[in-house]
Amino acid sequence: MADDLLRVEVVSADSEVWSGDAEFVLARTTDGELGVLPQHAPLLSVLVESVVLIRGEGGDTQFAAIDGGFISVADNRVSILCEQAALSEDIDAGEARQDLERAQSDSDDEDAARQVRWAEARIEATEKAG
Amino acid sequence: MAASLRELRAKIRSTQATKKITRAMELIAASRIIKAQARATAAAPYARELTRAVSALATFTQVEHPLTTEAENPERAAMLVVTSDRGLAGAYSSSLLREAERLVEKLHQEGKEVDLYVSGRKGITYYSFRQREMVDSWSGFSDNPRYDDAREIGAELTKAMLAGQVGVEGDDSGGPKDDDSDEAHDVPAVDEVHVVFTRFRSMLVQEPDVIRLLPLQVVEGEEKPADDEVLPLYEFEPSSEEVLDALLPRYVQARIYFCLLQAAASELAARQRAMKSATDNADDLIQQYTRIANQARQAGITQEISEIVGGANALADATAER
Repeated sequence: MADDLLRVEVVSADSEVWSGDAEFVLARTTDGELGVLPQHAPLLSVLVESVVLIRGEGGDTQFAAIDGGFISVADNRVSILCEQAALSEDIDAGEARQDLERAQSDSDDEDAARQVRWAEARIEATEKAG
Repeated sequence: MAASLRELRAKIRSTQATKKITRAMELIAASRIIKAQARATAAAPYARELTRAVSALATFTQVEHPLTTEAENPERAAMLVVTSDRGLAGAYSSSLLREAERLVEKLHQEGKEVDLYVSGRKGITYYSFRQREMVDSWSGFSDNPRYDDAREIGAELTKAMLAGQVGVEGDDSGGPKDDDSDEAHDVPAVDEVHVVFTRFRSMLVQEPDVIRLLPLQVVEGEEKPADDEVLPLYEFEPSSEEVLDALLPRYVQARIYFCLLQAAASELAARQRAMKSATDNADDLIQQYTRIANQARQAGITQEISEIVGGANALADATAER
């Protein structure tokens, strides 16, 4: 049984956001969407700010917002590394919207743009989960 | 005699007040260490996975990246000094700054100029008092660093490092680079980056330590992967260069974050120890003063008794003579 599941870790810079077994992982890389099933070839890829879908054993699905980062796949181990990550259930949609508005009204430097994309990813995660 | 008794009591009272303060600071530091250690543990998986990814890349690709390439003759080095924002932590800051001075000395001997980057108010005061120029400085987070702080510092240092590489490439003769060619950058170009911070060995031992952050040496303790754990042949998407481009700056930031967390835990441990000994000293002082005060009080009473007895005797003698 253990051979047929992916061991998934979502790790942000200051904590491990989620870890567990999953059947399927969907992430968005710089090249487009990437689906990972068990026995996937070893891969290291760059992710964009987006929502990662993790379908666990038995079909319960997790959505995690990430602010870019990496996915590494090897030996049925999937690590998703990012500076910030949040599970949909931990995200306060209202707060994310406020953050988005504030970031959009800010000056358009790189930092604000990153804040915007991070807020959008979080809102997307709550919408997908809800 | 009575005046000095009053003085002593005042001293005891003020020492007691000081003791309450140092005791509180000791307890605060103690509780914060636990938090700091928890944060260090929480940050460990990210650093571990990042290291795995970087070493996978380094093992299977021959990509040259500015952040990993040794300069042929390095002549400028950046030094990041991680100090605390506040004192009251014993020899924490001074031993760290001593280590930093040693590194400066060593780099000078190797013929490198040193650019200072300082984090923490104590370090900033130290260098500005000595009128040594700092390229950049950060403060306000020494006992509770966030990842954003590390990102800011990392971005600055990476920029300085990359500026240096551009200078080398622009100079095809291979000799020392023309300084005026890249003086236009707002960050002076450097060939190496060193970090001086305090490593948290245990609650009792914290040592100032130096690591060379850049150019990266990816052999992080674990050299090539061990025989039983063969690193798989990764595919890189979109390409190994682009993955490396994205990966290395993050790796640098994660390393800086690690240093900041270690420094924070060390600072709190040093503060706890310093405050504990301050509290103990206050206890000793209170005990000493109390003894002297009791002595003074008894001496006062004895004197009063002998005065009364003497007065009564004199009175008795006077009436007897009449």
